[in-house]
Amino acid sequence: MSTLAERHTIPSGTIMPSGTARSSGSGGLDPLDELELLEADAVTIIREVTAECERPRLLFSGGKDSAVLLHLAAKAFAPGRIPFPVLHVDTGHNFPSVITFRDRAVAQYQVSLEIASVQESIDTGRVLEEVGPRASRNRLQTVALLDHLVANRVDVAFGGGRRDEEKARAKERILSFRDAFGQWEPKSQRPEPWDVLNARIRSGEHLRAFPLSNWTELDIWRYIQREQIELPELYFAHEREVFRRDGMLLATEAPLALLPGEKPFTTIVRYRTVGDMTCTGAIASAAVTLEEIIGEVILAEVSERGASRADDSTSEAAMEDRKREGYF
Amino acid sequence: MGRTLLRLATAGSVDDGKSTLLGRLLHDLGALSTDTLEAVQRASTRRGDAGVNLALVTDGLRAEREGGITIDVAYRFFATETRSFILADTPGHEQYTRNMVTGASTADVAVVLVDARAGLVMQSQRHLAIAALLGVGTVIVAVNKCDLVGWDEEVFRTVAKDAQNFAAGLPWPTEVIAVPVSALLGDNVVEPSPNLSWFEGPALLALLESIVAVRPDPVGARMAVQWIIPPDAAAGREARLVAGRLEGGNLAVGQAVMLQPSGRSTTVAGIELFGRPVTNAVAGQAIAVELADDIDASRGELLVAADAATAPTVLDRVEVDVCWMGDRSVQAGDRYLVKHTTRIVRAMVEEVHGRLDIIEGITDHRATVLALNDLGRMTLRLSAPIAADPYASGASTGRLIIIDEATNTTVGAAMIRSAS
Repeated sequence: MSTLAERHTIPSGTIMPSGTARSSGSGGLDPLDELELLEADAVTIIREVTAECERPRLLFSGGKDSAVLLHLAAKAFAPGRIPFPVLHVDTGHNFPSVITFRDRAVAQYQVSLEIASVQESIDTGRVLEEVGPRASRNRLQTVALLDHLVANRVDVAFGGGRRDEEKARAKERILSFRDAFGQWEPKSQRPEPWDVLNARIRSGEHLRAFPLSNWTELDIWRYIQREQIELPELYFAHEREVFRRDGMLLATEAPLALLPGEKPFTTIVRYRTVGDMTCTGAIASAAVTLEEIIGEVILAEVSERGASRADDSTSEAAMEDRKREGYF
Repeated sequence: MGRTLLRLATAGSVDDGKSTLLGRLLHDLGALSTDTLEAVQRASTRRGDAGVNLALVTDGLRAEREGGITIDVAYRFFATETRSFILADTPGHEQYTRNMVTGASTADVAVVLVDARAGLVMQSQRHLAIAALLGVGTVIVAVNKCDLVGWDEEVFRTVAKDAQNFAAGLPWPTEVIAVPVSALLGDNVVEPSPNLSWFEGPALLALLESIVAVRPDPVGARMAVQWIIPPDAAAGREARLVAGRLEGGNLAVGQAVMLQPSGRSTTVAGIELFGRPVTNAVAGQAIAVELADDIDASRGELLVAADAATAPTVLDRVEVDVCWMGDRSVQAGDRYLVKHTTRIVRAMVEEVHGRLDIIEGITDHRATVLALNDLGRMTLRLSAPIAADPYASGASTGRLIIIDEATNTTVGAAMIRSAS
């Protein structure tokens, strides 16, 4: 939430076209602009945390934030390679095109891929699948994620969370400490003065690191445009069969049973966030280019989670509760 | 043309109306999404509040909403035509001082809320002292609830004078500007108010837009080595690169540099910005540097311009101002870890020199112990030297954190007083 004023005040015409960013060997002695500062901050965090920890992973969902995060990780270690694998928590209900995109991104950035499978957690009896027409595997991801982190002795997981997304996220540190049960305790977070990061933990505990903490949704889109970062096609307007539920447009492609009165129809939509098919809503939009999307984001009156995540509207503290349990 | 960025921190005592002020600011700027407003409306109704309780906009944790108190920092992002803001909304309660330190440590400007009816209370003084100690250049004292004192000018003047006098007596310089507001009614927050026609200054928002952030002059190039990018023969890359963030000046290929604390000298053979060769780099950029002479630099070392006049001082004892954030108090002989730039060394507290008396605003030099939330001064003896600048230089070499090895938590935020 809360980045809308920013959107209102930036005429879309002032967005820098890609390729005009500081470039060329001359370096240029201008001070950094806002995006360059955010970029340098994020790269610095990624390098620092990687240096202090033993076994990092980068959480990669195929969504725009994790695409930006992966791009920044590549920059942080260039011309070398990203020195850790990416981890995808696979609900088994992903949009197929997102999985295709994931595999392409992994190849492009020459990084290895690990998968924590929710289906496997269900098959091995670690979790019980929700039933009913509103069943979602969203919450089950936490178990698959924590099991994978423990099994691989992961001490830090980079995530693409941003503070402007949601009120509980607004409270999170850059380095978020998780106890041996993977839990977040928001009432006793470590002090984090300046940019001096304390990544020390005991065995069995782990950290979540959020290099994009201070980015807004608009920053993400402007950066994607400037850097020409590839995204899944879902983010751009396309024709899709959907049905309306709780004010949201859900894909009929999702493994959801229709409730009485719910009627599938075909329309032009795009996704503002990309998550599990069962709880990620599309928005009616004809935006097919990054310029058009940025124009929409500037004018949007509803936050991105409000517009497209069914999982956050279940209660006032839904995100906080999931985060306490060890969610992203 | 380009908008400027201001980092802002807010603090207030319980019931000063800080959350209401922020909610008001975000609301009047149109920075709240419709779903957020609807959620606040629902929560207000559930709590039985009259109308929309704007305080619920910023208190994001369940416990905060239940208790009506801010516990931890919340970050918000908003912008006007001329400026974008990163706002750290920090708790005012003494128990959560460490969270205020977290939020205020990077701020250019702090807004301290004071209830006009109560005047400058001890908590307000604590907030002023912490802001000054952390080197926040400007503190705005927002005298709130002016509606409840009949918009009285005298009440405002008294608070303003008390705040200025208190700040003037502190050992750390900071500028104090007072502004009267009513967060609840919106007076003088975004728009000037006819109820406060006697006030000749700008409304709070106009003030925030006009303040020029005080940034110290560059100290000369400094880059703490974070990470080594090894050569990759298979990729045809023979150079070993040291990666880090440049600050305090420029760096150019061919420039003479040295590594501290060892003092080894060399030159810059190449600079890469995200894998792309450049001939020079500017402060703020995250770069990778190739050094001549096969120098084997490692993480924790500091790369600086080879100019003795601007170079940091190499020290194995540092005198620091400190915000103590540990549950256990600290005194001479206690051992900790210190993280300074990218370097971690062991440290022993040699002496505690004093503790700030928040009520009087003066340092009690007899104090030999600092407890949770105390502000004080101490000397640390280090197991290995660090290359330091004074905190006032603004460089990252002027600050350090103190870590308790037993719990791994950060127990102190320390500012190096002088590095000579």
